Amino acid sequence: MSTVQESVTQPAAVVAPSKKSMTIGTTATLVVLALLLITPLFVKNFFIFQMTMVLIYAIAILSLNLLTGGSGQFSLGQSAFYAVGAYTAGILMEHFGVNYVLTLPAAALVCFIFGFLFGFPALRLSGVYLALATFSLAVAMPQLLKLGVFEHWTGGVQGLVITKPDAPFGLKMSQDMWLYYFTLFISVVIYILAVNLLRSRSGRAMMAIRDNQIAASAMGIDLPLYKTLAFGISAAFTGIAGALGAIVVQFVAPDSFTIQLAVAIFLGMVVGGVGWLPGSLVGAAFIVFVPNVAEHISKGLSGAVFGVLLFAVIFLVPHGAQTIFGLSLRVRKKQ
Amino acid sequence: MTQAQVAQGQQPLLAVRDVSVVFGGIVALNGVTFDMKKGQILGLIGPNGAGKTTLFNCLSRLYQPSKGEILMEGESILTRQPQKIAEIGIGRTFQNVALFPRLTVRDNIRIGGHCRTKSDVVSDALKLPWVRTEERRLNEKVDEILSYLELHDVADREVAGLPFGTQKRVELGRALAAEPKILLLDEPAGGLNHEEVYVLGDLICRIRDQRHITVLLVEHHMGLVMKIADHVVALNFGKKLAEGTPSQVQSDPDVIKAYLGSKDQ
Repeated sequence: MSTVQESVTQPAAVVAPSKKSMTIGTTATLVVLALLLITPLFVKNFFIFQMTMVLIYAIAILSLNLLTGGSGQFSLGQSAFYAVGAYTAGILMEHFGVNYVLTLPAAALVCFIFGFLFGFPALRLSGVYLALATFSLAVAMPQLLKLGVFEHWTGGVQGLVITKPDAPFGLKMSQDMWLYYFTLFISVVIYILAVNLLRSRSGRAMMAIRDNQIAASAMGIDLPLYKTLAFGISAAFTGIAGALGAIVVQFVAPDSFTIQLAVAIFLGMVVGGVGWLPGSLVGAAFIVFVPNVAEHISKGLSGAVFGVLLFAVIFLVPHGAQTIFGLSLRVRKKQ
Repeated sequence: MTQAQVAQGQQPLLAVRDVSVVFGGIVALNGVTFDMKKGQILGLIGPNGAGKTTLFNCLSRLYQPSKGEILMEGESILTRQPQKIAEIGIGRTFQNVALFPRLTVRDNIRIGGHCRTKSDVVSDALKLPWVRTEERRLNEKVDEILSYLELHDVADREVAGLPFGTQKRVELGRALAAEPKILLLDEPAGGLNHEEVYVLGDLICRIRDQRHITVLLVEHHMGLVMKIADHVVALNFGKKLAEGTPSQVQSDPDVIKAYLGSKDQ
């Protein structure tokens, strides 16, 4: 009997501990952060603007990652939360003269409530059905924003033009550069909050729900509470991304927040690696830069080229950037 | 047996009173009554379809009995929501192991401590000082359980790749982290080899003696039940067939007929 037992346990004991965590080590984090801090000093304003957009999308992708990778719920409706965040910022700044910094917590709060409430009907759905329900949210949002009733606030089809904020404290810095560093700061804060959350009691409860609902409930985890909270938190962070997006682009209009945005966020999550938070940045870079690259290769067929590139990525690195990071770690260990 | 003798004459820790469960005309449980005393290992036996798992699911609040009452220290558990059961001290394992496969052994056991901790989402995200203290205490508890169950070597491994026997121990550890008064074990010997069953029996006795946890053992493995149970309840066709010490139940003619086969076999 014991021989059988040994043959089962032994191979497992040889394999190095697979620590498939949702984050990366401190050194890697600091290197990435240093690169993000230094790069703007050497590049043109337009590239800084693009980098800011990468960070903003990274926040949105990270939010989806918390929801999908963390609690196991799909969403194709993140563009709706993004839109609500963007409009909250736009309306507060242009109609009420609120400082742009204060619009972020406001957007977070509004979106949290919106996401939390949306989480209730979502409780009854899972997997592809939930994805479809959220999809309908994304489809409905641009039209809701065009409704005549709200037109006084939203500007209807025209949208709202937002004044770009200057660097504070008399800093000699272009508006683009200031907004980049401001966005970077917010991104880092959100990343830290997300990491804290995933490594805590609440995060573990969400991951438990993702892995096995019956067992999670037997452990005393309140399934409806944590599922709706996951939606709320994801929506709140996406809302912040939306608000930042509005400030940086200086413009909100209903058609900036179509289903295409939701798909882009979803795509970014997959390319970065589902459930792997640092991948959000890679995924964001992909959705900002790769369409440009595709257009560079062929103007007329940019969509097709983008499709081919995406295909290649999914085939070569099925778990996205996470695979590449894992491989590079292994190569380094061997050397 | 000594533990059980000490327990004699106390108020039952768990009382199952006339519990019936009906699934659309099929009577899965029919007026089952028995008591569990503190410090006991109670073996629940019966052939397939006898209603063991149905009763088990009533205790863990997955099913609502159509009749009867289940009292924990004199208070009904039937008014509680399923997720509150862990909090009042009823822990369980699952027949085919229901762990969180993509999480590490350590995290699985940590999740067991969910009902004994209370940090909320905001405090967690901000990692407030009291959350750190709570987390440190939880980690100490988890470390203690890891060494108690000899799981330290695999503590940071993902559960999915571990051998079945180890997964069963992880599940036990997760249940222990909830500090239960009663531990419900659903066929813990299923899928284990001879030697592992032997070790498991010892472990269950140790858990009872050292951690003072009362155990309800639903089991097919007669050898294990007869060896470690203080008290045995036999079910068949949803009814209680016999109850008593292992030797009493073993020699009960009805039980022999229903479960062990007739004597002349």
